[in-house]
Amino acid sequence: MNERAPILEAREVTKRFPGVLALDGVSFQLQPGEVHALVGENGAGKSTLIKVITGVYAPDDGRVLFGGEEVSFASPRDSQAAGISTIYQEINLIPMRSVAQNVFLGREPRTRFGLLDTERMNREAAEILGRYGIQADVSAPLDSLGLGTRQMVAIARAVSLDARVVIMDEPTSSLEAREVEKLFGVIRQLRDEDVGVVYVSHHLDELYEICERVTVLRDGKLVHTGDLADLSKLQLIATMLGRELAEVEGHATGFGEEHEVGREPVLRARDLTRRHVLHGVSLDVRPGEVVGLAGLLGAGRSETAKAIFGAQPLDSGEVEMDGDEVKTGSPPAAIKAGIAFLPEDRRSEGIIPGLSVRENIVAAAMPRLSRAGLVSEKAQNELVERFMERLGIKASSPDQPVGELSGGNQQKVMLARWLCLNPKVLILDEPTRGIDVGAKAEVQRLIDELADDGLGVVMISSELEEVVEGSDRVVVLKNGTVVGTLSGDEISGENIMAALAEGGSPENGEEAGE
Amino acid sequence: MSRATTEARPFEAGRILGWARDNGVYVAFALLVLFNAVFTTNFTTTATLFNLLIQVAPVLIVSLGMALVIGTEGIDLSVGSVMAIASAIVPLYIGYGWPVAVLIALVVGTLAGALNGSLVAFVGMQPIIATLALFVGGRGLAQVLVGGQLQIISDPSFLALGQAEVLGIPLPVIIAGVLALIVGFVVRRTTFGRYVLAIGGNRAASYLSGHPVRAVLVAVYAISAALATIAGVLATARLSAGDPSTIGILIELDAIAAVVVGGTPLSGGKVSVAGTVMGALVMQVITATFIMNDLPFTYAQILKAVIILIAVYIQRGRGSV
Repeated sequence: MNERAPILEAREVTKRFPGVLALDGVSFQLQPGEVHALVGENGAGKSTLIKVITGVYAPDDGRVLFGGEEVSFASPRDSQAAGISTIYQEINLIPMRSVAQNVFLGREPRTRFGLLDTERMNREAAEILGRYGIQADVSAPLDSLGLGTRQMVAIARAVSLDARVVIMDEPTSSLEAREVEKLFGVIRQLRDEDVGVVYVSHHLDELYEICERVTVLRDGKLVHTGDLADLSKLQLIATMLGRELAEVEGHATGFGEEHEVGREPVLRARDLTRRHVLHGVSLDVRPGEVVGLAGLLGAGRSETAKAIFGAQPLDSGEVEMDGDEVKTGSPPAAIKAGIAFLPEDRRSEGIIPGLSVRENIVAAAMPRLSRAGLVSEKAQNELVERFMERLGIKASSPDQPVGELSGGNQQKVMLARWLCLNPKVLILDEPTRGIDVGAKAEVQRLIDELADDGLGVVMISSELEEVVEGSDRVVVLKNGTVVGTLSGDEISGENIMAALAEGGSPENGEEAGE
Repeated sequence: MSRATTEARPFEAGRILGWARDNGVYVAFALLVLFNAVFTTNFTTTATLFNLLIQVAPVLIVSLGMALVIGTEGIDLSVGSVMAIASAIVPLYIGYGWPVAVLIALVVGTLAGALNGSLVAFVGMQPIIATLALFVGGRGLAQVLVGGQLQIISDPSFLALGQAEVLGIPLPVIIAGVLALIVGFVVRRTTFGRYVLAIGGNRAASYLSGHPVRAVLVAVYAISAALATIAGVLATARLSAGDPSTIGILIELDAIAAVVVGGTPLSGGKVSVAGTVMGALVMQVITATFIMNDLPFTYAQILKAVIILIAVYIQRGRGSV
């Protein structure tokens, strides 16, 4: 890379949110004519950095330079006017209007009389699209096009705004393999036109195909920046997850030794398939076994968990409990079969903040606590008392709104909600995220105890230690496919990362059965 | 002042606000009654009391259903039109006897409500839009049914529904009271009530707890429409005529106001049935106060608006705990 003046630069940018340091003195440089990968796991600070650059957030500290001059955009509109275009996952165009109208949205050419010059608009839009080899009828409404073409239109719009920087956030997440190739063609052309491209994706193979440089963020800090070619896939994964390759596994969690595992699986999931999301994931869980699901962001871990629980629509696939088929796509059916699911996002999918601790605990147990539609107060209060004591839930009373509790106590309420059903399989999606260290160890010990009592556990965690130390078996997912299974002494951070780096990666959507 | 007091203040303010949120409507009601007892002649007579209660009965019944819908973070604009449909159906079928006529009205009304609920639950429409269609079209349909004319009803057993007294208490008041008790019981003691609150409190969490979210939503709108039908029947009996052009006009707004003033937040997840009853009473007493004192009615509207604003202001903090 020849070192020229960077077109876009963030210097020591810090951004705080209540209780979180989202960016901690992060610096970032983008040269004109380079494609720069920005990577990191959930909560690493990628989105925050993009939002600071594009003027959604003002940084608490640090500076943003564009074209060598310090800027502070008041809104994404300002940054776009200055020449930074952002293309989000969900395309922010107007589906009902024509392709040309979308390309020229907000700056439509006018005739001498101030009316819309549709003819000129269509002509110029066709020109712009043609330049990037995009074939589309410019007068057709946008929503008549495929997702991939729509994405191209968004990009065409961006470059026709004379963008000097284009930021792409997971641009390929909804594209077919063929469309990805086309997108890469457009990106290469942008690069040749000296446009700087920031490319955010968790598909590592794509990064190696299209990006020259990489910046890795972790927990709001800059951990690496440099040429992508100097970094092997394994090294990149290790950098993202924060592990030294040769690092000896210490013992950092509340998990104990392995569990005694039953022989026959209690849960069997077969070929869970959902276009673009899961490509034939199969999974067995035996009684007393903790199965860790490992993988990077977007690998399909949460989707697998939700699919087993019936909360993720599937194109095909089966779930069996104790040999009996469970109706997929229906959480009540899964619950009845003995499957429990602790969702990843406690605030938006778990707790019902305005309701009391009591009502939150019994939320899933309603059918069992009632007869003829009437809630049995006595049975309910007994249950609540028992589980508040067993899990050590600290609340002023069972009547306290759960939204007022600490994160750790909220998580225990969520666990109580499921444990009071006596499930056979407990699926935990990030069980210790966002809770303090003490509560974390407590939750981990609890998971251990539950497995000792014969519960089958599926555990998703972005923390490698948690997966490595807590699991009896680890299933490694990548791009919606199982790329490795580790058990016993094979379970180590190194082996997981190796599976992630080497594991086969089918092209997006290729086996979607079209 | 010592430091301790200044530090305690925000906490105290929060407590007072919380208390006002839950009990403000009772205070308002007490103040209004007190004011009228002193200043309004003939206010403290049974005749006035029953008159007031008879007038509030339809609004109150509609408000009960509205409270359930609002509890799921929804809204039902169609209640007035459903009342009009009921008012049109009763005279059409009164020849078969009033129980048949009322039953048909109930079936039609409930189905219309279930349709509202299906649009919300299965199609994913916003409640305000889903119920707007029936709000606009329902009254028109009702007017077509009766040929655009007032239909006089003379069946005495039907008229008794709106005009008879039991133990000296007007029948509509008794019906409204019983319905309020039933809805209160449903909210407090049944699984259905819990589902309503859970859906309004956090729909995704409710779904992931295995709750029958869609079925409950359909049921809530069906119940709201069934209650509106009852209100429409009572109003028709009171009037001795089916009159879709006037019955239930603007009642959706009175009902929403009663619910909100009664301490049920529009953000869902909480339903106060007692508060809703009080809210409806407060609004009615305000109207009565102005009418009985020969004050221009316009000012009553302004006072109601102020009370609604205060109620919404007090509830504003909820959810951001």
